[in-house]
Amino acid sequence: MQVNEKFVPTIVAFCCNWCSYAGADLSGTNRLQYPANVKIIRVPCSCRVNPMFILRAFQRGADGVIICGCHPGDCHYTTGNYYARRRMTMLFSMLDFMGIERKRTRLEWVSAAEGAKFAATMNSFVEEITSLGPNRRLEDLRCKK
Amino acid sequence: MQEVMKKRAIELLESGEVARVIGWKKGEFAYDATPAIFETADEIEKDFVYDDFTAANVSKYLLKVKTLDGKTLVFLKPCDTYSLNQLTAEKRVDREKIYVIGVGCEGKADVEKIKARGISGIVGIEADGDNYTVKTVYGDETVAKADVMADRCITCKSKKLAAYDEIIGEDGEEIANSGRFDLVEKLEQMTSEERFEFWQGELSRCIRCNACRNVCPACTCEQCVFDNPASGVAQKAAADSFEEKLFHIIRAYHVAGRCTDCGECSRVCPEHIPLHLLNRKFIKDMDELYGEYQAGEDEDVKHPLISFTYDDAEPSIVRERGME
Repeated sequence: MQVNEKFVPTIVAFCCNWCSYAGADLSGTNRLQYPANVKIIRVPCSCRVNPMFILRAFQRGADGVIICGCHPGDCHYTTGNYYARRRMTMLFSMLDFMGIERKRTRLEWVSAAEGAKFAATMNSFVEEITSLGPNRRLEDLRCKK
Repeated sequence: MQEVMKKRAIELLESGEVARVIGWKKGEFAYDATPAIFETADEIEKDFVYDDFTAANVSKYLLKVKTLDGKTLVFLKPCDTYSLNQLTAEKRVDREKIYVIGVGCEGKADVEKIKARGISGIVGIEADGDNYTVKTVYGDETVAKADVMADRCITCKSKKLAAYDEIIGEDGEEIANSGRFDLVEKLEQMTSEERFEFWQGELSRCIRCNACRNVCPACTCEQCVFDNPASGVAQKAAADSFEEKLFHIIRAYHVAGRCTDCGECSRVCPEHIPLHLLNRKFIKDMDELYGEYQAGEDEDVKHPLISFTYDDAEPSIVRERGME
Protein backbone atom coordinates (compact mmCIF):
# COMPACT_ATOMS: atom_id res chain seq x y z
CA MET A 1 0.00 0.00 0.00
CA GLN A 2 1.28 3.39 -0.94
CA VAL A 3 0.97 5.90 1.85
CA ASN A 4 1.37 9.67 1.73
CA GLU A 5 2.04 9.67 -1.94
CA LYS A 6 1.21 13.04 -3.42
CA PHE A 7 -1.62 12.93 -5.90
CA VAL A 8 -0.44 13.82 -9.39
CA PRO A 9 -3.40 14.32 -11.72
CA THR A 10 -3.50 13.34 -15.36
CA ILE A 11 -4.89 16.08 -17.55
CA VAL A 12 -5.96 15.63 -21.14
CA ALA A 13 -5.91 18.79 -23.24
CA PHE A 14 -7.58 18.78 -26.64
CA CYS A 15 -5.86 21.55 -28.58
CA CYS A 16 -6.90 22.83 -31.95
CA ASN A 17 -4.21 22.60 -34.59
CA TRP A 18 -4.33 26.24 -35.66
CA CYS A 19 -4.35 28.21 -32.43
CA SER A 20 -3.96 26.38 -29.15
CA TYR A 21 -1.48 23.78 -30.35
CA ALA A 22 0.66 26.59 -31.76
CA GLY A 23 0.09 28.44 -28.47
CA ALA A 24 1.44 25.44 -26.57
CA ASP A 25 4.42 25.43 -28.91
CA LEU A 26 5.01 29.11 -28.26
CA SER A 27 4.91 28.64 -24.53
CA GLY A 28 7.62 25.98 -25.02
CA THR A 29 9.86 28.16 -27.14
CA ASN A 30 9.36 30.98 -24.63
CA ARG A 31 10.62 28.63 -21.89
CA LEU A 32 7.38 29.05 -19.95
CA GLN A 33 6.75 26.20 -17.58
CA TYR A 34 3.59 24.17 -17.21
CA PRO A 35 3.19 20.77 -15.53
CA ALA A 36 4.27 17.69 -17.43
CA ASN A 37 1.08 15.82 -16.54
CA VAL A 38 -0.85 17.72 -19.19
CA LYS A 39 -1.20 15.40 -22.16
CA ILE A 40 -1.93 17.32 -25.31
CA ILE A 41 -4.02 15.75 -28.06
CA ARG A 42 -4.02 17.70 -31.30
CA VAL A 43 -7.34 18.00 -33.12
CA PRO A 44 -8.01 19.85 -36.38
CA CYS A 45 -10.55 22.13 -34.70
CA SER A 46 -12.17 22.40 -31.30
CA CYS A 47 -15.44 21.26 -32.88
CA ARG A 48 -13.74 17.98 -33.81
CA VAL A 49 -14.02 17.03 -30.16
CA ASN A 50 -16.80 14.50 -29.89
CA PRO A 51 -18.45 14.32 -26.43
CA MET A 52 -17.45 10.66 -26.48
CA PHE A 53 -13.74 11.70 -26.55
CA ILE A 54 -14.15 13.47 -23.25
CA LEU A 55 -15.92 10.54 -21.60
CA ARG A 56 -13.29 8.19 -23.01
CA ALA A 57 -10.51 10.35 -21.61
CA PHE A 58 -12.07 10.09 -18.16
CA GLN A 59 -12.51 6.35 -18.59
CA ARG A 60 -8.88 5.80 -19.49
CA GLY A 61 -7.62 7.64 -16.45
CA ALA A 62 -7.86 11.39 -16.96
CA ASP A 63 -8.67 13.45 -13.87
CA GLY A 64 -9.52 16.55 -15.84
CA VAL A 65 -10.22 17.38 -19.46
CA ILE A 66 -9.64 20.77 -21.02
CA ILE A 67 -10.50 21.82 -24.54
CA CYS A 68 -8.60 24.67 -26.14
CA GLY A 69 -9.59 26.36 -29.36
CA CYS A 70 -9.25 29.57 -31.33
CA HIS A 71 -11.00 32.62 -29.95
CA PRO A 72 -14.56 33.02 -31.22
CA GLY A 73 -14.34 34.73 -34.58
CA ASP A 74 -10.82 33.44 -35.27
CA CYS A 75 -11.61 29.84 -36.22
CA HIS A 76 -9.56 28.55 -39.14
CA TYR A 77 -12.74 26.97 -40.44
CA THR A 78 -14.70 30.18 -39.77
CA THR A 79 -17.38 28.85 -37.41
CA GLY A 80 -16.16 25.59 -35.85
CA ASN A 81 -15.57 26.98 -32.40
CA TYR A 82 -19.06 28.49 -32.21
CA TYR A 83 -20.51 25.00 -32.55
CA ALA A 84 -17.97 23.62 -30.09
CA ARG A 85 -19.02 26.28 -27.59
CA ARG A 86 -22.65 25.18 -27.65
CA ARG A 87 -21.84 21.49 -27.63
CA MET A 88 -19.43 21.70 -24.74
CA THR A 89 -21.77 23.89 -22.70
CA MET A 90 -24.41 21.20 -23.09
CA LEU A 91 -22.05 18.36 -22.26
CA PHE A 92 -20.51 20.07 -19.22
CA SER A 93 -23.96 20.88 -17.96
CA MET A 94 -25.04 17.26 -18.39
CA LEU A 95 -21.96 15.96 -16.56
CA ASP A 96 -22.77 18.37 -13.75
CA PHE A 97 -26.36 17.10 -13.75
CA MET A 98 -25.09 13.54 -13.43
CA GLY A 99 -23.12 14.55 -10.35
CA ILE A 100 -19.65 14.73 -11.87
CA GLU A 101 -17.66 17.61 -10.33
CA ARG A 102 -18.15 20.59 -12.59
CA LYS A 103 -14.54 21.68 -12.19
CA ARG A 104 -13.20 18.65 -14.01
CA THR A 105 -14.10 19.99 -17.41
CA ARG A 106 -13.07 23.29 -18.89
CA LEU A 107 -12.99 25.10 -22.19
CA GLU A 108 -10.55 27.91 -22.87
CA TRP A 109 -9.82 30.01 -25.91
CA VAL A 110 -6.06 30.24 -26.57
CA SER A 111 -4.65 31.85 -29.70
CA ALA A 112 -1.33 31.03 -31.36
CA ALA A 113 0.15 34.21 -29.86
CA GLU A 114 -0.91 33.41 -26.31
CA GLY A 115 1.88 31.14 -25.12
CA ALA A 116 1.74 32.79 -21.72
CA LYS A 117 -2.02 32.26 -21.44
CA PHE A 118 -1.60 28.61 -22.35
CA ALA A 119 0.96 28.04 -19.61
CA ALA A 120 -1.08 30.00 -17.08
CA THR A 121 -4.28 28.14 -17.95
CA MET A 122 -2.62 24.76 -17.61
CA ASN A 123 -0.99 25.72 -14.32
CA SER A 124 -4.28 26.86 -12.82
CA PHE A 125 -6.20 23.85 -14.17
CA VAL A 126 -3.67 21.36 -12.77
CA GLU A 127 -3.81 23.14 -9.44
CA GLU A 128 -7.61 22.96 -9.47
CA ILE A 129 -7.68 19.26 -10.28
CA THR A 130 -4.99 18.49 -7.70
CA SER A 131 -7.10 20.07 -4.98
CA LEU A 132 -10.17 18.23 -6.31
CA GLY A 133 -8.46 14.85 -6.04
CA PRO A 134 -8.63 11.84 -8.31
CA ASN A 135 -11.54 11.23 -10.63
CA ARG A 136 -13.73 8.71 -8.84
CA ARG A 137 -17.17 9.35 -10.25
CA LEU A 138 -16.39 8.78 -13.90
CA GLU A 139 -13.66 6.20 -13.67
CA ASP A 140 -13.53 2.72 -15.13
CA LEU A 141 -11.96 0.31 -12.67
CA ARG A 142 -10.86 -2.00 -15.46
CA CYS A 143 -8.64 0.74 -16.84
CA LYS A 144 -6.78 1.23 -13.55
CA LYS A 145 -3.22 0.06 -13.34
CA MET B 1 -63.87 7.26 -31.07
CA GLN B 2 -62.34 3.87 -31.82
CA GLU B 3 -65.32 3.02 -34.03
CA VAL B 4 -65.08 6.31 -35.95
CA MET B 5 -61.38 5.65 -36.56
CA LYS B 6 -62.06 2.10 -37.70
CA LYS B 7 -64.76 3.26 -40.10
CA ARG B 8 -62.59 5.98 -41.61
CA ALA B 9 -59.61 3.62 -41.95
CA ILE B 10 -61.69 1.00 -43.75
CA GLU B 11 -63.19 3.71 -45.97
CA LEU B 12 -59.76 4.95 -47.06
CA LEU B 13 -58.42 1.44 -47.46
CA GLU B 14 -61.31 0.30 -49.62
CA SER B 15 -61.27 3.41 -51.80
CA GLY B 16 -57.66 2.55 -52.57
CA GLU B 17 -56.40 5.89 -51.33
CA VAL B 18 -54.11 4.19 -48.85
CA ALA B 19 -52.48 0.77 -49.08
CA ARG B 20 -52.02 0.13 -45.39
CA VAL B 21 -52.86 1.51 -41.98
CA ILE B 22 -50.55 1.98 -39.03
CA GLY B 23 -52.28 1.97 -35.68
CA TRP B 24 -52.53 -0.20 -32.60
CA LYS B 25 -53.88 -3.66 -32.02
CA LYS B 26 -54.94 -5.58 -28.95
CA GLY B 27 -52.17 -7.30 -27.10
CA GLU B 28 -52.32 -10.35 -24.95
CA PHE B 29 -53.88 -8.40 -22.11
CA ALA B 30 -56.42 -5.62 -22.06
CA TYR B 31 -53.74 -3.07 -21.26
CA ASP B 32 -50.93 -3.89 -23.65
CA ALA B 33 -52.00 -2.53 -27.00
CA THR B 34 -49.11 -2.73 -29.46
CA PRO B 35 -48.35 -0.88 -32.69
CA ALA B 36 -49.59 -2.76 -35.74
CA ILE B 37 -49.82 -2.55 -39.50
CA PHE B 38 -53.15 -3.44 -41.11
CA GLU B 39 -53.60 -4.25 -44.78
CA THR B 40 -57.20 -5.43 -44.99
CA ALA B 41 -60.53 -4.23 -43.68
CA ASP B 42 -61.03 -7.54 -41.89
CA GLU B 43 -57.88 -7.11 -39.85
CA ILE B 44 -58.96 -3.62 -38.84
CA GLU B 45 -62.43 -4.81 -37.92
CA LYS B 46 -61.00 -7.58 -35.81
CA ASP B 47 -57.94 -6.10 -34.09
CA PHE B 48 -57.78 -2.32 -34.35
CA VAL B 49 -57.93 -0.60 -31.00
CA TYR B 50 -57.67 2.95 -29.68
CA ASP B 51 -58.13 3.54 -26.00
CA ASP B 52 -56.21 4.86 -23.01
CA PHE B 53 -53.60 2.12 -23.30
CA THR B 54 -52.52 2.77 -26.90
CA ALA B 55 -49.61 4.81 -25.63
CA ALA B 56 -46.99 3.85 -28.22
CA ASN B 57 -45.67 6.56 -30.50
CA VAL B 58 -46.00 5.00 -33.96
CA SER B 59 -44.24 7.77 -35.89
CA LYS B 60 -41.01 5.77 -36.06
CA TYR B 61 -42.78 3.11 -38.12
CA LEU B 62 -43.02 5.67 -40.92
CA LEU B 63 -39.29 5.45 -41.66
CA LYS B 64 -39.72 2.37 -43.83
CA VAL B 65 -42.81 3.68 -45.58
CA LYS B 66 -40.97 5.57 -48.29
CA THR B 67 -39.81 2.34 -49.91
CA LEU B 68 -43.31 0.85 -49.99
CA ASP B 69 -45.88 1.23 -52.76
CA GLY B 70 -48.89 3.42 -52.18
CA LYS B 71 -49.79 5.75 -49.37
CA THR B 72 -49.84 4.78 -45.74
CA LEU B 73 -52.49 5.93 -43.32
CA VAL B 74 -51.23 6.61 -39.84
CA PHE B 75 -53.03 7.61 -36.68
CA LEU B 76 -51.00 10.02 -34.58
CA LYS B 77 -51.60 11.45 -31.15
CA PRO B 78 -50.52 15.06 -30.49
CA CYS B 79 -47.08 14.13 -29.13
CA ASP B 80 -46.52 11.75 -32.08
CA THR B 81 -47.21 14.56 -34.56
CA TYR B 82 -44.25 16.49 -33.16
CA SER B 83 -42.06 13.46 -33.82
CA LEU B 84 -43.39 13.22 -37.38
CA ASN B 85 -42.61 16.90 -37.98
CA GLN B 86 -39.09 16.41 -36.70
CA LEU B 87 -38.60 13.37 -38.96
CA THR B 88 -39.96 15.33 -41.92
CA ALA B 89 -37.58 18.18 -41.18
CA GLU B 90 -34.69 15.73 -41.16
CA LYS B 91 -35.87 14.25 -44.47
CA ARG B 92 -36.18 10.87 -42.85
CA VAL B 93 -39.76 10.32 -44.00
CA ASP B 94 -41.55 11.08 -47.22
CA ARG B 95 -44.52 13.18 -46.16
CA GLU B 96 -46.10 12.72 -49.62
CA LYS B 97 -46.55 9.02 -48.98
CA ILE B 98 -48.16 9.43 -45.60
CA TYR B 99 -51.76 10.28 -44.82
CA VAL B 100 -51.99 11.49 -41.24
CA ILE B 101 -55.13 11.38 -39.17
CA GLY B 102 -54.55 13.31 -35.99
CA VAL B 103 -56.43 11.90 -33.04
CA GLY B 104 -57.21 13.84 -29.91
CA CYS B 105 -55.67 12.62 -26.68
CA GLU B 106 -56.77 13.13 -23.11
CA GLY B 107 -53.75 11.45 -21.57
CA LYS B 108 -52.87 7.79 -21.40
CA ALA B 109 -53.08 5.44 -18.45
CA ASP B 110 -50.10 3.71 -16.89
CA VAL B 111 -50.95 0.12 -16.05
CA GLU B 112 -48.05 -0.03 -13.59
CA LYS B 113 -49.90 2.53 -11.48
CA ILE B 114 -53.00 0.34 -11.50
CA LYS B 115 -50.94 -2.66 -10.47
CA ALA B 116 -49.22 -0.61 -7.78
CA ARG B 117 -52.60 -0.16 -6.13
CA GLY B 118 -52.58 -3.82 -5.33
CA ILE B 119 -54.84 -4.83 -8.20
CA SER B 120 -53.75 -8.10 -9.78
CA GLY B 121 -55.21 -10.69 -12.09
CA ILE B 122 -56.50 -8.07 -14.52
CA VAL B 123 -58.61 -9.52 -17.34
CA GLY B 124 -60.16 -6.36 -18.71
CA ILE B 125 -60.23 -2.61 -18.26
CA GLU B 126 -63.13 -0.43 -19.31
CA ALA B 127 -63.29 3.34 -19.35
CA ASP B 128 -66.34 4.66 -17.58
CA GLY B 129 -66.56 8.45 -17.38
CA ASP B 130 -63.79 9.63 -15.06
CA ASN B 131 -63.09 6.13 -13.82
CA TYR B 132 -61.81 2.81 -15.05
CA THR B 133 -63.62 -0.36 -14.18
CA VAL B 134 -60.88 -2.92 -13.81
CA LYS B 135 -62.15 -6.46 -14.19
CA THR B 136 -59.99 -8.95 -12.37
CA VAL B 137 -60.31 -12.62 -11.61
CA TYR B 138 -61.10 -11.56 -8.04
CA GLY B 139 -63.92 -9.20 -8.99
CA ASP B 140 -64.30 -5.63 -10.23
CA GLU B 141 -62.35 -2.63 -8.98
CA THR B 142 -62.85 1.05 -9.72
CA VAL B 143 -59.97 3.49 -10.04
CA ALA B 144 -60.08 7.18 -10.94
CA LYS B 145 -58.51 8.02 -14.30
CA ALA B 146 -56.57 10.92 -12.82
CA ASP B 147 -54.91 8.62 -10.28
CA VAL B 148 -53.43 6.24 -12.81
CA MET B 149 -52.50 8.64 -15.59
CA ALA B 150 -48.98 8.17 -16.97
CA ASP B 151 -46.45 10.63 -15.53
CA ARG B 152 -45.58 12.00 -18.94
CA CYS B 153 -49.25 12.80 -19.56
CA ILE B 154 -49.67 14.57 -16.22
CA THR B 155 -46.96 16.99 -17.35
CA CYS B 156 -48.18 17.04 -20.96
CA LYS B 157 -46.61 19.91 -22.88
CA SER B 158 -49.13 20.14 -25.71
CA LYS B 159 -52.37 18.64 -26.87
CA LYS B 160 -52.06 20.47 -30.16
CA LEU B 161 -51.76 18.39 -33.32
CA ALA B 162 -48.66 19.71 -35.05
CA ALA B 163 -49.15 17.88 -38.37
CA TYR B 164 -52.25 16.26 -39.83
CA ASP B 165 -54.32 15.79 -42.97
CA GLU B 166 -57.53 15.38 -41.06
CA ILE B 167 -58.61 15.22 -37.44
CA ILE B 168 -60.74 12.77 -35.52
CA GLY B 169 -61.61 13.90 -32.05
CA GLU B 170 -60.58 17.30 -30.77
CA ASP B 171 -57.49 19.37 -31.42
CA GLY B 172 -56.10 20.88 -28.24
CA GLU B 173 -53.82 23.70 -27.18
CA GLU B 174 -50.23 23.98 -26.04
CA ILE B 175 -49.96 23.92 -22.29
CA ALA B 176 -47.76 26.75 -21.05
CA ASN B 177 -47.09 25.74 -17.46
CA SER B 178 -47.02 21.99 -17.76
CA GLY B 179 -44.51 21.63 -14.93
CA ARG B 180 -42.48 19.16 -16.94
CA PHE B 181 -39.18 20.60 -15.70
CA ASP B 182 -40.09 20.41 -12.02
CA LEU B 183 -38.19 17.21 -11.37
CA VAL B 184 -35.17 18.45 -13.32
CA GLU B 185 -35.17 21.59 -11.18
CA LYS B 186 -35.43 19.56 -8.04
CA LEU B 187 -32.37 17.58 -9.07
CA GLU B 188 -30.48 20.74 -10.00
CA GLN B 189 -31.01 22.07 -6.50
CA MET B 190 -29.42 19.01 -4.93
CA THR B 191 -25.73 18.92 -4.20
CA SER B 192 -23.39 17.28 -6.64
CA GLU B 193 -23.02 14.26 -4.31
CA GLU B 194 -26.76 13.77 -4.04
CA ARG B 195 -27.18 13.93 -7.80
CA PHE B 196 -24.40 11.44 -8.25
CA GLU B 197 -26.03 9.06 -5.79
CA PHE B 198 -29.40 9.53 -7.47
CA TRP B 199 -28.13 8.68 -10.95
CA GLN B 200 -25.89 5.92 -9.72
CA GLY B 201 -28.96 4.32 -8.14
CA GLU B 202 -31.12 4.77 -11.21
CA LEU B 203 -28.63 3.83 -13.89
CA SER B 204 -27.24 0.82 -12.07
CA ARG B 205 -30.54 -0.91 -12.85
CA CYS B 206 -29.93 -0.56 -16.59
CA ILE B 207 -29.74 -3.92 -18.33
CA ARG B 208 -28.80 -2.37 -21.69
CA CYS B 209 -31.78 -3.87 -23.48
CA ASN B 210 -31.55 -0.87 -25.85
CA ALA B 211 -35.33 -0.42 -25.70
CA CYS B 212 -34.93 3.32 -25.08
CA ARG B 213 -32.84 3.64 -28.21
CA ASN B 214 -34.99 1.40 -30.38
CA VAL B 215 -38.26 3.09 -29.50
CA CYS B 216 -37.00 6.67 -29.78
CA PRO B 217 -38.40 8.43 -32.86
CA ALA B 218 -35.34 10.68 -32.89
CA CYS B 219 -32.87 7.74 -32.89
CA THR B 220 -33.08 6.95 -36.58
CA CYS B 221 -29.47 6.35 -37.65
CA GLU B 222 -29.08 3.37 -39.96
CA GLN B 223 -25.95 2.46 -38.06
CA CYS B 224 -25.87 3.34 -34.41
CA VAL B 225 -22.69 4.24 -32.57
CA PHE B 226 -23.66 1.67 -29.95
CA ASP B 227 -23.66 -1.11 -32.54
CA ASN B 228 -20.10 -0.41 -33.59
CA PRO B 229 -18.03 -3.38 -32.39
CA ALA B 230 -14.99 -1.12 -32.00
CA SER B 231 -16.84 1.13 -29.55
CA GLY B 232 -16.53 -1.43 -26.78
CA VAL B 233 -20.12 -0.84 -25.72
CA ALA B 234 -21.87 -2.70 -28.54
CA GLN B 235 -24.72 -5.08 -27.80
CA LYS B 236 -23.81 -5.98 -24.28
CA ALA B 237 -24.76 -5.26 -20.73
CA ALA B 238 -22.81 -2.47 -19.10
CA ALA B 239 -19.78 -3.94 -17.35
CA ASP B 240 -19.45 -1.17 -14.79
CA SER B 241 -20.90 2.15 -13.76
CA PHE B 242 -18.81 4.04 -16.30
CA GLU B 243 -20.42 2.23 -19.20
CA GLU B 244 -23.87 2.89 -17.82
CA LYS B 245 -23.16 6.60 -17.70
CA LEU B 246 -21.46 6.58 -21.09
CA PHE B 247 -24.44 4.94 -22.73
CA HIS B 248 -27.03 7.20 -21.17
CA ILE B 249 -25.13 10.46 -21.61
CA ILE B 250 -24.39 9.72 -25.26
CA ARG B 251 -27.90 8.43 -25.93
CA ALA B 252 -29.44 11.61 -24.57
CA TYR B 253 -26.80 13.78 -26.27
CA HIS B 254 -27.39 12.26 -29.69
CA VAL B 255 -31.05 13.29 -29.61
CA ALA B 256 -30.46 16.66 -27.93
CA GLY B 257 -32.18 19.38 -29.92
CA ARG B 258 -34.20 16.80 -31.85
CA CYS B 259 -35.94 15.23 -28.89
CA THR B 260 -39.60 16.26 -28.89
CA ASP B 261 -40.04 15.06 -25.31
CA CYS B 262 -42.58 12.37 -26.13
CA GLY B 263 -41.42 10.33 -23.14
CA GLU B 264 -41.28 6.98 -24.93
CA CYS B 265 -37.81 6.19 -23.51
CA SER B 266 -39.12 6.15 -19.96
CA ARG B 267 -42.32 4.36 -20.90
CA VAL B 268 -40.57 1.37 -22.43
CA CYS B 269 -37.81 1.07 -19.84
CA PRO B 270 -38.30 -2.32 -18.16
CA GLU B 271 -36.40 -1.05 -15.12
CA HIS B 272 -38.40 2.20 -14.87
CA ILE B 273 -35.37 4.46 -15.12
CA PRO B 274 -36.56 8.08 -15.57
CA LEU B 275 -34.58 8.51 -18.78
CA HIS B 276 -36.67 11.44 -19.98
CA LEU B 277 -35.07 13.53 -17.22
CA LEU B 278 -31.78 13.46 -19.13
CA ASN B 279 -33.51 14.62 -22.30
CA ARG B 280 -35.43 17.26 -20.42
CA LYS B 281 -32.24 18.57 -18.86
CA PHE B 282 -30.91 19.23 -22.37
CA ILE B 283 -34.20 20.82 -23.42
CA LYS B 284 -34.24 23.01 -20.32
CA ASP B 285 -30.62 24.11 -20.82
CA MET B 286 -31.23 24.94 -24.45
CA ASP B 287 -34.37 26.88 -23.59
CA GLU B 288 -32.52 28.87 -20.97
CA LEU B 289 -29.33 29.55 -22.91
CA TYR B 290 -30.37 29.66 -26.54
CA GLY B 291 -34.02 30.66 -26.40
CA GLU B 292 -37.24 28.69 -26.25
CA TYR B 293 -37.28 25.86 -28.72
CA GLN B 294 -39.67 22.98 -29.21
CA ALA B 295 -38.44 20.28 -31.57
CA GLY B 296 -41.05 19.22 -34.10
CA GLU B 297 -43.16 22.32 -33.76
CA ASP B 298 -42.00 23.63 -37.08
CA GLU B 299 -40.57 21.85 -40.07
CA ASP B 300 -37.85 24.29 -41.08
CA VAL B 301 -36.27 25.68 -37.94
CA LYS B 302 -32.66 24.75 -37.21
CA HIS B 303 -32.31 23.26 -33.77
CA PRO B 304 -29.97 24.93 -31.23
CA LEU B 305 -27.09 22.48 -31.59
CA ILE B 306 -26.72 22.96 -35.34
CA SER B 307 -26.84 26.73 -35.16
CA PHE B 308 -25.12 29.42 -33.09
CA THR B 309 -25.00 33.11 -32.36
CA TYR B 310 -21.86 35.21 -31.96
CA ASP B 311 -22.52 35.98 -28.32
CA ASP B 312 -23.51 32.59 -26.90
CA ALA B 313 -22.80 31.80 -23.26
CA GLU B 314 -19.36 30.36 -22.56
CA PRO B 315 -19.19 26.81 -21.15
CA SER B 316 -17.77 28.32 -17.96
CA ILE B 317 -21.37 29.28 -17.14
CA VAL B 318 -21.75 25.71 -15.86
CA ARG B 319 -18.96 26.22 -13.31
CA GLU B 320 -20.24 29.57 -12.19
CA ARG B 321 -23.78 28.31 -11.76
CA GLY B 322 -24.45 27.71 -8.10
CA MET B 323 -20.82 27.68 -7.02
CA GLU B 324 -20.67 25.90 -3.70
